[in-house]
Amino acid sequence: MADAQRPRKRPATKKVPPRTKPESDSAHGQGGPAGNGAAGAGAAGDGKPRQGTPVRPNPVEEMLTFLGHAAKALLGEEAEERLTEGLAFLRRRLTGEYEVDLFGFDKEFTEAVLLPLLRPLYRYWFRVEVRGVENIPAEGAALLVANHSGTIPVDSLMTQVAVHDEHPSHRHLRMLGADLVFRLPVVADVARKSGTTLACNEDTERLLGSGELVGVWPEGFKGVGKPFSERYKLQRFGRGGFVSAAIRAGAPIVPCSIVGAEEIYPLIAHVEPLARLLGLPYIPVTPTFPWLGPLGLIPLPSKWIIQFGSPIPTDELGAGSAEDPMLVFDLTDRVRETIQHTLYTLLTERGNPFR
Amino acid sequence: MSRVVLVTGVARYLGARFAKLISGDPAVDKVVGIDVIPPPFDIGRCEFVRADIRNPVLGKVIAGHGVDTVVHMNVLATPREAGGRVPQKEINVIGTMQLLAACQKSKSVRSLVVKSSTTVYGASSRDPVMFTEEMAPKVQPRSGYAKDSIEVEGYVRGFSRRRPDVDVTTMRFANFIGPTVRTPMTEYFTMPVVPVVLGHDARLQFIHEDDGLAALRLATVEHRPGTFNVAGDGVLMLSQALRRAGRAAVPLPGLASSSVGAWVRRANLASFSPEQVQFLTYGRGVDTTRMRRELGFSPKYSTAEAFDEFVQARCRGGVLDRERVHRVERVFAGLLGKQGQVDG
Repeated sequence: MADAQRPRKRPATKKVPPRTKPESDSAHGQGGPAGNGAAGAGAAGDGKPRQGTPVRPNPVEEMLTFLGHAAKALLGEEAEERLTEGLAFLRRRLTGEYEVDLFGFDKEFTEAVLLPLLRPLYRYWFRVEVRGVENIPAEGAALLVANHSGTIPVDSLMTQVAVHDEHPSHRHLRMLGADLVFRLPVVADVARKSGTTLACNEDTERLLGSGELVGVWPEGFKGVGKPFSERYKLQRFGRGGFVSAAIRAGAPIVPCSIVGAEEIYPLIAHVEPLARLLGLPYIPVTPTFPWLGPLGLIPLPSKWIIQFGSPIPTDELGAGSAEDPMLVFDLTDRVRETIQHTLYTLLTERGNPFR
Repeated sequence: MSRVVLVTGVARYLGARFAKLISGDPAVDKVVGIDVIPPPFDIGRCEFVRADIRNPVLGKVIAGHGVDTVVHMNVLATPREAGGRVPQKEINVIGTMQLLAACQKSKSVRSLVVKSSTTVYGASSRDPVMFTEEMAPKVQPRSGYAKDSIEVEGYVRGFSRRRPDVDVTTMRFANFIGPTVRTPMTEYFTMPVVPVVLGHDARLQFIHEDDGLAALRLATVEHRPGTFNVAGDGVLMLSQALRRAGRAAVPLPGLASSSVGAWVRRANLASFSPEQVQFLTYGRGVDTTRMRRELGFSPKYSTAEAFDEFVQARCRGGVLDRERVHRVERVFAGLLGKQGQVDG
């Protein structure tokens, strides 16, 4: 019984008709199984008898009807569709009728929950300015390589918003995270759902192989956890594993320079014994943390610039060159130098970090 | 070609179903099923022989019936099935060693099919998103079923080195699920409220019981040597699976820690072994390219479809039952005057 109904309902929720007047009462037109004539049950404002919902009027019902009217009055007629969509969204989330990919990437969650939460921070707090977004290919595999900073890796989140919001094809940046990310409760969960996966060769190749845009911060904790005095000085770029992965997949490398993240939590010192005790890479001391308690977690509102550089093609190198350490080192250095130079240029252009 | 098949572990549900399935196959002349107790299930035309695989008498059974294909399905997943962890380990490891010893001596055995499990890959925060057959676990499982499975596979590899003339197929199955099979996972999802690990969401893969048995049948009849991951397409997140089952989840910070786990065990709600808790924390994915290309098997049900079949049969009427949520949505949508859109 339930089986027979379900497949019909699901697509139906998706076809939101073009924004016509709500009075055109699509219930009649589509003639669903709801034609059982329980009139008046959910009588809406336009005075027509409503179908479906075989529930007798009762106090709860009236209350809900009132709420329905109130919502309409407050949000206007157009809000109806949005509310219906919202209901369908809630229903999908509650019943698990959504898709995740093999990596656990939950597109719906990322678009409807995570990105909207990050957007105010992106737009109004850091006032992120994006340059060279056209350097990210519109489709197909590419590897975005960026500098890492900021004590807490907010830079990766902002880059994710930048790529999704500013790029014409609204691509999702699939990021590579350290294994600590997947050990920490809550962080692990949100990271997986937002499309992050473990920074290992197998996963990188699988992502690039399926034509995804992959983001990597090869400095890792060396970059995020460096003292404020060393800001904008690139650390060692791992072992260049990301370059070999890109060569093997023939994916272009897009250098990405992020200015602004260094100033959000100026790191003064590390509490090493505590970090060792908790098994964390570092415990930061900033001008506000831990002195102001939770308030110290508020990032300073620095001005950000994210610049995507011109892509470095790797498809002409041939798959065998991934095994050539000299070539891999050279290419790694080239990417690193490009980012470093761009950082210096952007810094002079930006001037005062808190303007 | 397969003519006489020996199946171990026919007194258990999947063993019995497989014995029945294979005994009805035209490519097979005779099926001999062994176990320590008579099977409480229908095993079709399969001939039951009461024997313990830990006993060398097994060799006589193989010789007496002229067995040419051995299907080993007697690796137990939970201590409860065996009556304790010690007998479980003995049946799994010593039993497999005895079975392999008998196969090695036998002149008639041409092929060996072993039902193993994807638990051999362990589960940890350092895992790649998909394990292929040649990958090793990142964190070696140190106890229980996972460790037994690794040891069983080790002995099977040793056997295939000593008897290169015998085709050996090792099948690593994802968790079986479906309307009738009972496993620790199905019991977990049928609990009224389900404890989960706080702040983690595992990626899960399932194989429908019918698909799993069909894959075993294919390997038994067609002789496809090698090691294969067998799982339905796609993954479900644990949270998503719980919602599909209409179950309320209780996030517990220390499910892994002894006290909470022990409480759940004592209450006999589910048997949480340490490696199961690891699995429910990090989950696991396996790559099934080789299953499609070399074994030539494609499951009928994806992971999500297999799970839905299970939910249909076993998980109706939970707190967040799908029907109930749909009904509530219809009520609200009705208030908004958008009935038609939702009901279609």
